Amino acid sequence: MITPHLPILQIILPLMAAPVAIILRRPGATWALATVITWIAFAIALMLMMEVLASGPLTYRIGGWAAPWGIEYRIDKVGALVLVIVSAIGSVVMPYARKSVAREIATDRIYLFYAMYLLCLTGLLGIAITGDVFNLFVFLEISSLSSYVLIALGRDRRALTAAYRYLIMGTIGATFYIIGVGLMYMATGTLNMADLASLIPSVIDQRTILAALAFLIVGISLKLALFPLHLWLPNAYAYAPSVVTAFLAATATKVAVYILIRIIFTIFGVEQILAIMPSVQNALMSLALAGIFAASAVAIYQTNIKRLLAYSSVAQIGYIMLGISMLSTLGLAGGIIHLFNHALTKSALFLALGCVAYRMGGTDISHMRGLGRRMPWTMAAFVVGGLSLIGVPTTVGFVSKWYLVAAAFDKGLWPIAGLIVISSLMAMVYVWRVIEAAYFQPAPEDAPEITEAPLSMLVPLWLITAATVYFGIDATRTLNIALSASEILLGGGQP
Amino acid sequence: MLSPRSILRVVSKLLIPPILLFALYVQFHGDFGPGGGFQAGVIFAAAFILYALVFGIRNARKVAPAWLTRLMLAGGLLLYAGVGVATMILGGDFLDYSALRSDPIAGQHLGILLIELGVGTTVAGAMISIFLIFDGRDREESN
Amino acid sequence: MEIFTGLFNYWVVIVLMMMGFYVVIAQHNLVKKIIGLNIFQVSVFLFYISMGKIKGGTAPIIGEGIEIYSNPLPHVLILTAIVVGVATTALGLALTVRINDAFGTIEEDEIEVLEAADDEQATP
Repeated sequence: MITPHLPILQIILPLMAAPVAIILRRPGATWALATVITWIAFAIALMLMMEVLASGPLTYRIGGWAAPWGIEYRIDKVGALVLVIVSAIGSVVMPYARKSVAREIATDRIYLFYAMYLLCLTGLLGIAITGDVFNLFVFLEISSLSSYVLIALGRDRRALTAAYRYLIMGTIGATFYIIGVGLMYMATGTLNMADLASLIPSVIDQRTILAALAFLIVGISLKLALFPLHLWLPNAYAYAPSVVTAFLAATATKVAVYILIRIIFTIFGVEQILAIMPSVQNALMSLALAGIFAASAVAIYQTNIKRLLAYSSVAQIGYIMLGISMLSTLGLAGGIIHLFNHALTKSALFLALGCVAYRMGGTDISHMRGLGRRMPWTMAAFVVGGLSLIGVPTTVGFVSKWYLVAAAFDKGLWPIAGLIVISSLMAMVYVWRVIEAAYFQPAPEDAPEITEAPLSMLVPLWLITAATVYFGIDATRTLNIALSASEILLGGGQP
Repeated sequence: MLSPRSILRVVSKLLIPPILLFALYVQFHGDFGPGGGFQAGVIFAAAFILYALVFGIRNARKVAPAWLTRLMLAGGLLLYAGVGVATMILGGDFLDYSALRSDPIAGQHLGILLIELGVGTTVAGAMISIFLIFDGRDREESN
Repeated sequence: MEIFTGLFNYWVVIVLMMMGFYVVIAQHNLVKKIIGLNIFQVSVFLFYISMGKIKGGTAPIIGEGIEIYSNPLPHVLILTAIVVGVATTALGLALTVRINDAFGTIEEDEIEVLEAADDEQATP
């Protein structure tokens, strides 16, 4: 009785848990509720993934109205992968959150934190599951508004201005998206993604569709922090609470990449895009490369480690966009794999920094001095995450970088392959700065007496770190999913 | 002697009940004319805001205490989602109102009525709490 | 001439959109930025609703003897978008109030100076 309703349960359970958290009000009870609901959502996402792998795409009609009149939820391989990523990161972050949130947020606001977290989870899961472009806007705004609140709960007063700037830029991005949707609706008369995909080729030569594509790409680029529209990201990730940074860095921009993949490959299709706007490929590729180098360069000079990793995130998003903008099977597969891998790597790194903040009270490079001896487990996890960021073999980062280089060679773009390798060297520089401070510099004399981070924070951290190594050594499952998904996406039509 | 204060108080005492009635009218006539949950919730909240403007925040907080607005916020959303879950339990898809009653048309009617009620409650709670929290900030000692 | 009178609604939309966008980018006051964002969003609402109007159509409510109705779908979409806009405005204003408490000002250039001072303090 439950299994045909799984797609809607994925959304409804976190959505109903949020007002329950507002009614409950006690920090411990709301944390327990959020953790249990996130674990259930992860189980549902895994079940959906297995069903999609076994029998193809799933659909679910809301209200019994058939598509294209009604809203339809449509899950295919890419969507199921994103669902698993978001709920998995949430499931690992929630047990970690109990101590970290209690330390960083005022006690009378903790229930509001968990309510906003549940709403953010609802929004992110909804984006991955829906097959209707306007429904996607609604979920996009649900997740965005709750993430503005989550970021503003940070201790530092600069969190407030960071959240404000994110609000302004994010709302402009969402409004551009809605203009694009309106233009598409004007030309085709439908809001269903599969229906749009079948109707767009017949109206492709209208200027309306050209304008729609432009608005959609720019709007989503604001949300996914593509260079030069990334200005909100460094401060937002640096001053938010540690749990929020770990969760959002691994999920929010990845889901925006998923939206872009849907727009470019499912709704429009590669041939259509190359027919009406061939320059978009070069534009996206050059912006991606510029983002990789500019962000890595700025990251090297940061003293706040969270901000350093935030700039590194902008660079990694550049890698994902590079893979996508190649518009080839290997390139898209490389982009999808890097999406998965970056989610794991960045959440491990930010969880490690959260442990440091828990014990040391800050995440500046001065706080990291001599930490290698005093917090060995945390810094070891950080080292593994850093190696994955650089792309060392046996970590997950190596698999995706390998695929991106292979995709570049496949398209005959030798210089790009070289640039990917050079930028990995830049990543080595900024990761080395932290490792050097932690292991090769003595702790300052006035450093407080600290021990390792508590077990409830170390276990989730090492779970994700182990996953980065495991999926780096045995990448067959993720590779198969990414390759088959990208083949179907590029074949045009509905996957 | 009538001071401007008295005029405001008398007029608002005359106006607030019709505003609330009009809000309920807009709420329940959403399927026959312009209206529905969101508009009705805002008009409902406007009555409370008028009361707060004329009679002061402290009195307004006595009428709409924090626990009540929080309950309205949460309860409306739970009502909406609850209707959806009820339709699922009764055999249809999510939010397939025809499953609510034996006659599909009556089911659709009931379903729309309930979810609009949920929307109206949440919106009214949100608007009232936004205004009262913004306005009561300097005077309260906590956050 | 036909370009102006026939496409009048689109001209209004474009003018409002650009005005709102300009206010968001060029104004330094935080509240004015939010108002610019509102103008920007209102232009989008006008775009959708004027797109939904059909010549000779009445309001989309079933009545006797009426043949042509305006498209009801854009109205529903815009209702949702208005609610999202209201929520965004409320959140933006709440953030502005908190920023005023924390920084003492709501002018962006003054806040940048104070933030740079925070940065100086943080790096030992």
